[in-house]
This record gives sequence, structure tokens and C-alpha cells, in this order.
Amino acid sequence: MPFHILVAACLAYVIVLFLVAFLAERRARRGRLGFLQSPLIYTLSLSIYCTAWTFYGAVGYAARSGLEFLTIYFGPTLVFIGWWWLLRKLVRIGRQYRVTSIADLISARFGKSNLLGVIVTVMVVIATTPYIALQLQSVVLSFGVFASETPDGVLPPDAEQTAVWVAVGLALFTILFGTRNLDANEQHHGIVTAIAVEAVVKLVALLAVGAFVVWGVAGGIGETIAKIDAANLSAWQMEPGRWTGLIFLSAAAVICLPRMFQVMVVENANEGHLARASWAFPLYLMLMSLFIVPIAVIGLERLPVGSNPDMFVLTLPLAEGQGGLAMLAFLGGFSSATSMVIVEAIALATMVSNHLVMPLWLRFSRAGARGDDLRGVVLMARRVGIVGVLGLGYAYYHFSGGSAALAAIGLIAFLGVAQVLPVLIGGIFWRGATRVGAVAGLLTGFVIWGYTSFLPSFGPGAVLSTSVFSEGAFGLAWLRPHALFGTVGLDPMIHALFWSMALNATAFFLGSVLTFPGPVERLQGAAFVNVFEGQIGPRRWAHGQAEPEELLVMSQRILGEDAALALFQAAAKAQGKAGFLPDTTPEFLGALEARLSGSVGAATAHAMLSQLVGRATVTVEELMAVASESAQIMEYSAQLESKQEELTRTAGALREANDKLMQLSIQKDAFLSQISHELRTPMTSIRAFSEILTEGGLDPETVVKYGGIIHDEAKRLTRLLDDLLDLSVLENGTVQLNLTLTNLHEMIDKALIAARQTRPERSFEIDRDPVAENVYLLTDADRLTQVFINLIANARKYCCSDHPQLRIAVRLRGGRVIVDFVDNGLGIPKDAQALIFEKFARLTDGNRAGGAGLGLAICREIMANLGGTISYLPGQGGAAFRVTVPIRLEKQAA
Amino acid sequence: MRRLKRPMFLARAPYRRRRLRDAARLLPVFGAALLILPLLWADEGAERRLSSSDVIYFFALWCLLIVVAALFAPGLRSGEAAGDETD
Repeated sequence: MPFHILVAACLAYVIVLFLVAFLAERRARRGRLGFLQSPLIYTLSLSIYCTAWTFYGAVGYAARSGLEFLTIYFGPTLVFIGWWWLLRKLVRIGRQYRVTSIADLISARFGKSNLLGVIVTVMVVIATTPYIALQLQSVVLSFGVFASETPDGVLPPDAEQTAVWVAVGLALFTILFGTRNLDANEQHHGIVTAIAVEAVVKLVALLAVGAFVVWGVAGGIGETIAKIDAANLSAWQMEPGRWTGLIFLSAAAVICLPRMFQVMVVENANEGHLARASWAFPLYLMLMSLFIVPIAVIGLERLPVGSNPDMFVLTLPLAEGQGGLAMLAFLGGFSSATSMVIVEAIALATMVSNHLVMPLWLRFSRAGARGDDLRGVVLMARRVGIVGVLGLGYAYYHFSGGSAALAAIGLIAFLGVAQVLPVLIGGIFWRGATRVGAVAGLLTGFVIWGYTSFLPSFGPGAVLSTSVFSEGAFGLAWLRPHALFGTVGLDPMIHALFWSMALNATAFFLGSVLTFPGPVERLQGAAFVNVFEGQIGPRRWAHGQAEPEELLVMSQRILGEDAALALFQAAAKAQGKAGFLPDTTPEFLGALEARLSGSVGAATAHAMLSQLVGRATVTVEELMAVASESAQIMEYSAQLESKQEELTRTAGALREANDKLMQLSIQKDAFLSQISHELRTPMTSIRAFSEILTEGGLDPETVVKYGGIIHDEAKRLTRLLDDLLDLSVLENGTVQLNLTLTNLHEMIDKALIAARQTRPERSFEIDRDPVAENVYLLTDADRLTQVFINLIANARKYCCSDHPQLRIAVRLRGGRVIVDFVDNGLGIPKDAQALIFEKFARLTDGNRAGGAGLGLAICREIMANLGGTISYLPGQGGAAFRVTVPIRLEKQAA
Repeated sequence: MRRLKRPMFLARAPYRRRRLRDAARLLPVFGAALLILPLLWADEGAERRLSSSDVIYFFALWCLLIVVAALFAPGLRSGEAAGDETD
């Protein structure tokens, strides 16, 4: 193919891209985002994961190492189908805190530390420079393929010149669309749309070549499969270490690569797009790798031995005489390379300007935040960054000679950026991660990567001398770059992966565990880790003394006049003020900082606002003071609360005591009125009859009768007084117990005889168990007998059965004797059972009983004195009382 | 920091959403296991391993993972809109 047609096609393609980017940009500026923010564009823009390394290199990889090339796509597939774990949180954090790059994320997470931003930026720039060189190299190689094909009239430029031209062209394009303006969200619609177009081009190109190879050359699917089986691809064996290691590595890289972070997190317009991309992006990867194996197999079969397998995608159609298809394939490869370089350059330039240039400029420019047009400075920093990044890539290409196989460089770059992974994951899932730990982990990983993977990639004798390879640095054998700590026999890639990640994660962990994070770090850590719990971002600003006007001037310099005025007007309106100058409330300052950090990064935005708000910034110490003050207040209120609780408890106890006293007083009153009533009734009849007797003139019979009544009543009085006296003695516990060893049987006998005087006219059937009663008790026999008498007499009095029976049952239970007195009467109604042991409690009228109602009360007191109990036993068919008494009453201090 | 009190039991729809999330979390784990599985296949004395059956296995598995992820995605997204976060 004539070389100048090739160049013309390239130029035409680039012009189309320019047009697409320009139109998209214009559309976005008019606010008609529409499809520009669709999930389709988002997914397609993610395809910059597939660089020229995929487009050309995968075939070469498959030709050299069989199916191992698939690992590079399996990792991202796993990460995306598992988006709910990690990517969702990453995107949410990126959107909520307006993260501009992976360096910005890490710097913001660890207390807006610019040191971390610098470390990550430098690491990532060093790691991705070879990768950019790789893209230049692939474009140069593909040019070379066509040039060698047909030398005609126009002399193709040499490889060096091509590389220069490609680099310059890419830099121009990137600067034009990547740094046109400083967007608040740092989103580049023009570029993203162009990238999406390029994604389609490379997919179509690779599928076209694949389809041609399968159906055009091999002759169908069946034949292709047969050829794959027959192919003598190099003796590839599935090495477990490399297989799993590379899947892990590619999974790490898809998260940490700056260009992937740029399109995945920074350019993300809607979190919902991630859900779509979770399957659409793996689908894209699958389609991209679908025909890699057939192309490799057929290429090895058809093309002469010794041809570069990295270029099979181009050389196979050319060898088959398909010039047009080769052209398409060339454009596909060109797209892969350019899209990657453009986005990578933007991402790196953003980091360089936000973390290297701006802090330096802020420090050394005398005017600081009040200086001249900051927008210009930021944009210029980015442009210089883009040129610098591409320049570095070119330099690497120039000095490395572009000889190494594509895949090797790609993996080294992957491993370099993967060093960010532990800090990134730890930072967003573990609140305990600290800045010191992050620095330690990053530096450790970076140094080991450099020593075991990056520097050796230049070959023995280039950077590291041959002796270092064979004998280790400083002659220490355990420091050999490919056998660190004596681990011989590992694949160099897996060796580097294992040691760098393991020591990186260890240093990060130990550093975090052993140090104490600063307050800002802790606030940021909590905000990032708990990003789904709503915005708990720290308030960093107090009411500032900064004039809103100064803030407006500064914001204009970063955001642009219109955007800044709109922001301030909206804020003023929200505060209920007209005009453009809101009060500098903490809320407003926080919102302003978030907005500014979208343009210049969190650390820089914080530093700039601090310059203006000046000493009014809440310092960390103030913050801590406020915190401890409020902690004191909380403690004080907790104390008050506990005191109040105590008071409530005391009041409750007092109320209870008062209630008891009241009850006692009522009881006492009731007792007194009962007593007077009981005393009054006999007294009345005594007085009446004695008056009648004193008047005289009565016949002797009547005198005898009246005298008998008076005598009876006096006896009753005496008995009542005796009972009262007895009760009071018992209640006071001053009773003298006369302990003797007595047989229970005798006591019951005595009681039955004594009780017979009560209603002697009734004949009772007594049911006893003489054997069981034969128990000797050490107790006050008289008192116990008194209780028995009382119970038996009660039964005689109240049992209303026609054939009254009384059953006396005796049992021994654990050192106590239980005596039950059960009659066959009606028993005692349930509601009265609680009352019968109270003083003067009589259930029926006194006319049947004649007692004062003190009997059971006395019984209860006696039993208490004897160390036993008396209780009513319900459900026995009649009135039933149970007396429980210890067999041996231990002599107390009675 | 005090967390919002969450209900202990859920209605049917949120319950299903949570289980869908569990499934979505496990999907990459299963995927990884199945991708590593061929390592255990004994290659009987074969010097080279690139055979068409391997290729077909990997691409079939890949398609399966994509389809399952595609089936999960709408449910997961609607759950997010409903706003009941679990973590």
C-alpha cells in the first residue's frame, strides 16, 4: 500500500476524531448532554483498557505464551462483575468528594496530605512512562509494516521520526481537548466521546480481521478449532503461579491505572452507568479477545518463520492480499494507541499540575492565592504536564530502543501502578489506615518494584550491573533482583509481584497500626470509609474573617468568572441575601472548597482557602479543644443524670416508707376502734345488769342469773385482755420460750381434750395417724398446744357439716414437722383467706363465735416465735390449716 | 458515631434486594474459582496445553459470567435508588 495513502488515512481519521470531540464539546457546553452521558459512552470509554498492547500484543502474547494472554482480561472481568464490592464505593467517593485523580483520592483520604499526592504522582508517572512508550512503539511498528511492504516514490520516514510526529500529534490533540477549560467536575466530554468512537473502531477492526481469518482463511469454525488443536504453539503449560498472579495483577491494574481511574471515576456522570458497565465492559473485553487465538494460530501457520507475531493483525491480511482490511486494522491499532495515550496524558498531567506544580507555585509565588490569573497557571501546568509525559514516553522509547516485546513492558507497568492498590483499598475500607502507613507501604512497594522488575527490565548491565544480577546488590546474595531473600525458581514477574505486594501491604499495615493519625486524617478517613452513610464530611471552616469579595476574586481565577459568580449568587440566595456576596459561613466555605478541589485537587484547594481565610481556619487544636469541651459537658450532664436517677430512687423509697407508715397508722386506728368496740360490748351489759342489781327488789333467781351474766362478761373481758396482752408480748418478741422435749402425739391429745369444751354438744369424728404423730419435738410445748387448741376449737366452732370430721395429718419434711388440720366444712372463701390471720378478723358475726377474733393472729405470732409457720391450705375440701414447726428449735437470742 | 437504627426484619422486596446483593458479591468469587479450576485438570503427559477445549471452556465461562452480571445489574441498581444501604 502506498505510504502516502496510509498517512492520508491517518490524518483523515484524526480529523474525524477532532470533529467528533469538537461537536461533543459544543453540545456539552450548550447543556445538551443527552447521549454524551449515556451508559453506552461510559462503557465504551472504559475500553481504553484495551490499548495497542491488546490490539497487537495479545496476538503476539498468544503466539508466545498460549492462553495466558486471557488473564489480562479475566482480572478486569472479575472486578467489574463484582462492582458491588469496590467500584461502587470508589465511584461514590470520587463523585462525592470531587476527586480529580487517583493521587488526589489518596492524598484526600489521608488528611489531604500533599506528600502522598507527590509520591503517588511520581510513582505513577514512572510506571506508566514505559507504557506510553509502548504505544508509540506499536504505532511506529505498524507504520514500519506498511513501509516495508511497498517502497514507492515517497520514502517512508525512519522509526525515530515517526515516533516524534506521533508524540507531537497526540500532545496537540490532548492539549486542545484536555485542557480547553477547567471544568468543575474535571470532565472532558469531547475527549470521552472521541474515545468512545475509537473504542468502536478498534473493536470493529479486530472483529473484522478475526472474522476474515476464521471464515476467509481457515474456512470456518470447525476448521479453526481443528487448526488450534493441531497448532504447535510454544510448549505452554498452565503455570498456576503465573495464571493466578496475572489475573490478580490485571484486576489490580484496572482499578489503579490512572487512565482507568480517569474514565471510570472522574468522568463518571451517573453511578447507574456502572451497573450497566458491570456486564457490558466484560462483554467488550470478551469480544476483543474472541479472535486472538485464531489469528495467532493461523498467523503462525501462514506467515514465514521469524515474522513478528505482535504484528500478525496487520501482516496476516496483507499477506492474504486484503489491503483494505489491513488498513482498517491499522486504524484500529492507531485508535488503541492514541486513545490510551490521550487519556493517560490527561490523567497524569492533572496529577502533576495538582500535586507538583500548584503546591510549588503557591509556595514560591509571592502573591499566593491572591495572585494573577490562576486558571491560566493551572491550565499551563497541565499543558506542560502533557508535553512532559509524552516527552518522557518518547525518551523512554528512544533510549530503550523499542526492542522488548510489548507484553513484558505492559506487565511491568501494571505491577508499578498496582503498588497503589493496598493503600487504595485500605484507605476506603479501613478507618485505621494512616498517612504514615500509606507512605511506608507506597515507598516499600515502589522500591521493590523498581529493584525487582523495572530496573532489571532494561537488561543486565544497563542500569543494574551484571554482578548485581548474579551476586546481589553489595554482594549480598539475598538481594539478587530475581531471587529476593533466596526465593529462587520463581518466575521473575511473579517474584516481583509477590514480594512487592506482600512487603507493601505489610509496611502499610504496620505503619498504620503503629502510628496515630492526625485529626484531619481521622475525619477524612471516617468520611471516606462511611461514604454510604450520608455526608458526614467534617466541617473544616469556622466563620472566617475572609471577605467574601476576596473569595470571589480567587474563585473567579480558578472556576472562571461566570461559574464563580453563579456559585456565589446561588449561595447568597440560599442564605436569603440578594447580590453576589454570601456570608462566609462554614457551610459556604466547605462547599466552595469542594468545588475548588474539583479543579485543583483537595490539598491545593484547602491550602488556597486557608491562605485567604487565614487564621480564621479552625485549626486542628481548636477542633480538639472544642471536642474535649463538649466531651466535658457530656460527662457533666451524664453525672447530673445519674444524680437525678439517685434522687428518683430515694424519693421512691421515701414514698414507699410513707405509704407503709400510713398503712400502719390506719391499722392502728382500726385496731383501737376494734378494741374499744370489743371492750365496750361486755362493759355495757355489765353496767346495765349491775345497775339493775343495785336498784334491788329482785327475786334471788334473777339476781343469780344477772350475777352470772355479769360474771361471764367479766370473764370475757378478762380473756380479751389476756389475749391482747399475750399478742403484744408475742409481737414484741419478748416472750419467754420454755423449750422441752415433748411428744407431738401427747400435745395433740391434750389439745383435743382442751378443745372439747368448745361447743361440747357437737360430736366430732377425729381422724388421726398415731404412728406418724409419734415424734419428739424440742419446742415450747404449751405454746404449740395452744395453737393446736385454737385450730381444733375453730373447727368445732365453724365446721357446719352435719357429720363433722377433723383429719389431723402429720408428716416429716426436711427437719420440720408438718401438721395439717382439715375439716369437712365449707372452708373459707378465697377472698377471705388473706384476712383470717389478721387481728379481729372474723368472718361471720360474733354471735356464733364469741371470740374476739384474736385467735389466729395469736397462732401466727406463736408460730413465728417457734420458728415455724401457719398457713391456710386451700383446696382440701374444707377449712384446712397447715402448721409447720422445726423438730429442734435452736435456742436463739430469745 | 451513632448509626441509624435499622429494622431487624424486612419486607419482601427489600429482602430480595439484599439477597441479590449477596449473590452479586459472590459472583466474582465463583468466577475466580472457575477461572482457576483448569489448573487442576490433569494434562496427561501433554507437552502443550493450548487446545480448543480450553479455549471453548474459557469463553463459555466468560459469556456465562457476563449474562449473570447482566441479569443482576438492573435489580442492584433499582435497590440503590430505593436507598436502603446495608453497608
